[in-house]
Amino acid sequence: MKFDTPAGTNPIDRMTVVGKPTPRIDGPLKVSGQAPYAYEHQDVPGKMAYGYILGSAVAKGTIRSIDTARAERAAGVVAVVTHRNAGKLGKGRMNTAHLLAGPQVEHYHQAVAVVVAETFEQARAAAALIDVDYARDAGRFDLVAAKPDAKEGTGSDAPSGAGDFEGAFAGAPVQIDETYTTPDQSHAMMEPHATIAAWEGGKLTVWTANQMINWGLKDLAATLQLPVENVRLISPYIGGGFGGKLFLRADVLMAALGARAAKRPVKLALQRPLMANNTTHRPATIQRIRLGCARDGKITAIGHESWSGDLEGGGPEAATQQTKLLYAGANRMTALRLAVLDLPEANAMRAPGEAPGMMALEIAIDEMAEKLGMDPVAFRVLNDTQVDPENPERPFSQRNLVRCMEEGAQRFGWNRRKAKPGQVRDGRWLVGMGVAAAFRNNLNQKSGARVRLSTSGEVSVETDMTDIGTGTYTIIAQTAAEMMGVPLAKVNVKLGDSSAPVSAGSGGQWGANSSTSGVYAACVKLREAVVAKLGFGPGEAVFEGGQVRVGNRTADIASAARGGEIVVEDSIEFGDLAKKFQQSTFGAHFVEVAVDRYTGETRVRRMLAVCAAGRILNPTSARSQVIGAMTMGVGGALMEELAVDKRFGFFVNHDLAGYEVPVHADIPHQDVVFLDEADDKVSPMKAKGVGELGLCGVGAAVANAIYNATGVRIREYPITLDKHLDRLGEVA
Amino acid sequence: MRPFTYERATSAQDAAAKAASMPGARFIAGGTNLLDLMKLEIETPTHLIDVNGLGMDKIEEIDGGGLRIGALVRNTDLAADKRVREDYAVLTRALVAGASGQLRNKATTAGNLLQRTRCPYFYDVNMPCNKRKPGSGCAAIGGFSRQLAVVGTSEACIATHPSDMAVAMRVLDASVETIRPDGTTRAISIAEFHRLPGDTPHRDTVLDKGEMIISVALPRQRGGTHIYRKVRDRASYAFALVSVAAVIGRDGRGAVALGGVAHKPWREAEADALLPKGAGPVADRLFAEAAPREDNAFKITLAKRTIASVIAEAREA
Repeated sequence: MKFDTPAGTNPIDRMTVVGKPTPRIDGPLKVSGQAPYAYEHQDVPGKMAYGYILGSAVAKGTIRSIDTARAERAAGVVAVVTHRNAGKLGKGRMNTAHLLAGPQVEHYHQAVAVVVAETFEQARAAAALIDVDYARDAGRFDLVAAKPDAKEGTGSDAPSGAGDFEGAFAGAPVQIDETYTTPDQSHAMMEPHATIAAWEGGKLTVWTANQMINWGLKDLAATLQLPVENVRLISPYIGGGFGGKLFLRADVLMAALGARAAKRPVKLALQRPLMANNTTHRPATIQRIRLGCARDGKITAIGHESWSGDLEGGGPEAATQQTKLLYAGANRMTALRLAVLDLPEANAMRAPGEAPGMMALEIAIDEMAEKLGMDPVAFRVLNDTQVDPENPERPFSQRNLVRCMEEGAQRFGWNRRKAKPGQVRDGRWLVGMGVAAAFRNNLNQKSGARVRLSTSGEVSVETDMTDIGTGTYTIIAQTAAEMMGVPLAKVNVKLGDSSAPVSAGSGGQWGANSSTSGVYAACVKLREAVVAKLGFGPGEAVFEGGQVRVGNRTADIASAARGGEIVVEDSIEFGDLAKKFQQSTFGAHFVEVAVDRYTGETRVRRMLAVCAAGRILNPTSARSQVIGAMTMGVGGALMEELAVDKRFGFFVNHDLAGYEVPVHADIPHQDVVFLDEADDKVSPMKAKGVGELGLCGVGAAVANAIYNATGVRIREYPITLDKHLDRLGEVA
Repeated sequence: MRPFTYERATSAQDAAAKAASMPGARFIAGGTNLLDLMKLEIETPTHLIDVNGLGMDKIEEIDGGGLRIGALVRNTDLAADKRVREDYAVLTRALVAGASGQLRNKATTAGNLLQRTRCPYFYDVNMPCNKRKPGSGCAAIGGFSRQLAVVGTSEACIATHPSDMAVAMRVLDASVETIRPDGTTRAISIAEFHRLPGDTPHRDTVLDKGEMIISVALPRQRGGTHIYRKVRDRASYAFALVSVAAVIGRDGRGAVALGGVAHKPWREAEADALLPKGAGPVADRLFAEAAPREDNAFKITLAKRTIASVIAEAREA
């Protein structure tokens, strides 16, 4: 099905199942331990062996020699694979660095070897017996030092703008020109990268944890130089991804190489201390923002430049993305610059681009509002735009940022905020409120599904779509139930298997809308097939209550499959509506914090997000997505930072004790409100993404609240207590 | 993890004697730190002597005042003990500020005192670390040192001791009671128990080979308001950037010890005496010899301000 004109009325609009708060259908399996995660599959033929990866001890250099003899002789060891015996390997399209080092080492903890043994403990012990002699090379590990040599982005990362930014900024009566920094961040999802690999002749099956089955399939085939049809990826349950599992990673490759060498299935999980440096991370940014305003508060010039680093061949963090679209202003400029660094591979993490970009932009907006003497909500409302400011002939498909702001302000009690910072005390606490806009583009990807109507009237959906904890199983089941007029309990959903039709996968908050639209398309086909089987002829078919009705003819849906199950397959393909209409999601984040005036510790007291993201398919799981994102935003604001050792070239705090993410005690009551929307330009589901929107802007709302509490403006994330401690006033 | 042999000790003296006679032997109780370190091959004992069956899990009143805490009393039980909560509240507060419920259920009093530093370079076996591998150098100096020590450091090591409990015990003037391989016992004041790194940072304490902690004695309760303030980057489940254990009387006199700033709980009698004069003089005294790094110099300001907060809290109590 091609989606190239706005959706008319369709069966989803009935909203009898879709749009209803629905507990996740896979919940009982998960809480009873019956949902097998990558490391846990029991249905693998053959006697399992265990793999353990040795990571490189240096960040950049060459492996001069590698002695595996002691490891090979160690108890229980079945095989040791290094670059010397791995065979010829290609490289996946989505990988910047190779997944197996040798002889070149491209980054710290890059996989150097995998040991396969009878037990996990034996494999781990033997890995420590591998002697590697490295020739260490000097590397570039410091973004600040590399910044002058950064290159301007090209293609979709090329500079963009409109009007005369420099002239308008120079002439603006009110200006700000500030620099903000965001640190390297780690996905830090609960489930580490993990894989079971099994070969049958030249065919390979991997049970893994991967957000994008088809990307992983192609890149695994490319790396092992196998035909794609000889590879199968199975990933039905995933314990979090946040972008860390978008790509083929070393767990999959090393398990496959280990299994080939051992001639047995091998299971392997990345040990936690390897994850920060072996896998990808969100790169640090340095962002310069210049805003020029007229005295009435209208933005006349808006400029945003961002610098980030990556390995040779990598890409920039697109932190200026939202600045092209979020606020009006005739004169505009955005630019991305990329420095080459020899730190581990930078890549996508939840809301790449907007997440760090909004952390900076939305402080700048707060600073400008203060300089203008305007309320920051009113300032944002004043500078709203309903069209793409770089291409004013191009409207937004739907944009309710102003409503989010105003409704949020009213619900949060924003009018109680003191505009002057440092005014509210509660014992030893300095109390403040902050606001930020939320913005994240809505992306769509082609997505396919196969649907079956069984002889007993049950509907099954098969797609290689993934559920990374987001609730995909449930919204797909809701979609099929709505379309086919059957109860939710009559729908079975099978996900995460590369033998099923290729889907959008989970990334860029496109998964929910794209994958359910693919299921919609397949169900439209199934409805046609059912009507044809029933011989009901032309006329509008109504599917409800387990029955099919055309005119005054009615039948049980099951009766259509009496002669055998009906199977159809289709996909949704998106035309050029995203070119004609800018498709984005919007929101407003409100935060109240308290800062201990003695110690500088920040505690978040209240949070509210108001989101405008099209139709909300399942308010229960959508809320879970947003509160999780708000939690991640608090982490980014207050504590998350991969600490770079600029001498050795690695992230030092590479475990969950050193890389701090919020714990329960850090997170207060969170409120989430969804505006009642349906965006007919984005898909037949009229839904948009929400999982990343919930993160974008949270950090800045926290930062702005801290400023409102203390009067000290911090522009370097995370806002740890040391950054404002000596400016919080004398204490007795 | 390297292969190791294992035995259950039959008595405290037997355990101490075995530990002294077998190279590479270590005691194991809760194992909440040791096992993690063994998995990473930071600790590589060849023999484990399990002391969990030795009793030593009672909290008893000492004739004439004070409490004797068995070496194997679990952190949860120690924190919850009514006598501890009433008379040594700073200890309960310190204990519950540390780790998680699950870890406290397992971790023992002696094990808590003997836990190793959380310096990230100690934890990464690819990095030089004089504490892990004597003579290999210190990667933390000149590296990421935000969590590390600002006072009592050496050119060989800037690690901190991570315990909260030990900081409270320091302010309470606890003494650590041990048994030696020959069956003799001794009491080591908590002030002397942990060492400064000097040029032998691999030695955390003054314990001799085989010497085993059997109990910790707390002297008669110290009157005053008991406060433990732990400052960190998140609200729970993190090691202290700075912590302050204090017992302060109505007259403003008392005792104060700091965690997170040194290789051992940090306290000085001269600083205690300055408590009535306020946080500034106390901190100036405690940090007179400080040698902070760029990343952690804030700890001195933080400690001073946290002491000020604690003094204010005591005044309001």
